[in-house]
Amino acid sequence: MDNIIRVGMADLRSSRHPCILTTLGLGSCVGIALYDTYTKVVGLAHIMLPSSAQSRNKSNIAKFADTAIEKLVEDMLKLGANRRHLVAKIAGGAQMFAFEDSSEMIRIGARNVISTKEKLEELKIPILAEDTGGNHGRTIELYSCDGSLLIKTIGHGVKKI
Amino acid sequence: MVFDINDLNNLHIDVLREIGNIGAGNAATALAKMLGRKVDMEVPKVRIVEFKDVSDILGGAEMSVVGILLNVHGDIKGNILFVLQIDAAHILVNMVLGKPLENIDDFNELEISALKEIGNILTGSYISALSALTGLDIKPSVPNMAIDMAGAILSVPAIEFGKVGDTVLYIETEFKEGANRVIGDFFLIPDVESYETMLKALGVLS
Repeated sequence: MDNIIRVGMADLRSSRHPCILTTLGLGSCVGIALYDTYTKVVGLAHIMLPSSAQSRNKSNIAKFADTAIEKLVEDMLKLGANRRHLVAKIAGGAQMFAFEDSSEMIRIGARNVISTKEKLEELKIPILAEDTGGNHGRTIELYSCDGSLLIKTIGHGVKKI
Repeated sequence: MVFDINDLNNLHIDVLREIGNIGAGNAATALAKMLGRKVDMEVPKVRIVEFKDVSDILGGAEMSVVGILLNVHGDIKGNILFVLQIDAAHILVNMVLGKPLENIDDFNELEISALKEIGNILTGSYISALSALTGLDIKPSVPNMAIDMAGAILSVPAIEFGKVGDTVLYIETEFKEGANRVIGDFFLIPDVESYETMLKALGVLS
């Protein structure tokens, strides 16, 4: 049985093979799964907000897409990952409630996805697959054996990307 | 000085608990009238939790729940979230529509609009009690409903807190229909500045 490591909201973890990294109930938050295709070192971040730039309080760097991805890569390199072998899969960024009076809160999921993609592009980490947007929650599991990402939902099925 | 939720003392917590008591008390009365049944209420809990623990608040991030969320604006800003476990939501809607209580087919259009209306009435009662108590002008938005994982639903108000801090402060009140078949939770989740406004309005913060 593989070692299962849970990642909370505004949290990030990385590990060597073999393990399963999981985060439960992603709504507007985005789960960022990184995988080293050679060493099988894996990392998973559960971010809440797109960018640390507009925030007064930056003490929890796992909260923001930009700072969380940087930290996650750094942690994975320490475990023996190679920057050039990293690939990404992302999931989440849903809009759970459809508000009529449009406010900033609504598009937070979409903005989280955009910011995540920008940061990954900046670091030249290719995104192999994604399951983002929509209006439903997701639980994800990242497998170190092959870098696959299992996505579970309520009423929208289960899929592997 | 910027108000910090970590500086709350016992008096402040007691006052926030009382806010939950009065708000949910009024909502429970409305529910009892609607159902023609007795509805009991637990002592409200005032909690400060870290984000990583948010998804466990309702007893499991993946648990299927019905969430009805309203934005409030006016003198205070924030969210009111009313959460029912899926089984409880079925029983509640069956009681209101006079159907057999065991009916747990997927919600049809009528049942969904009944659930929204129940959420509307309950959250409206909560807000009007809160407004009368504090003398503050509090306007609710149209309620929105989602049926999904507890963690995904709770993340919506949590993100609002994420913009200013690393914890979520909420007031939770649980109520039970007489035979304990319907258990629901109210979460009052104002933004950080609104906590300050409410405590000042009640004279416990200068």
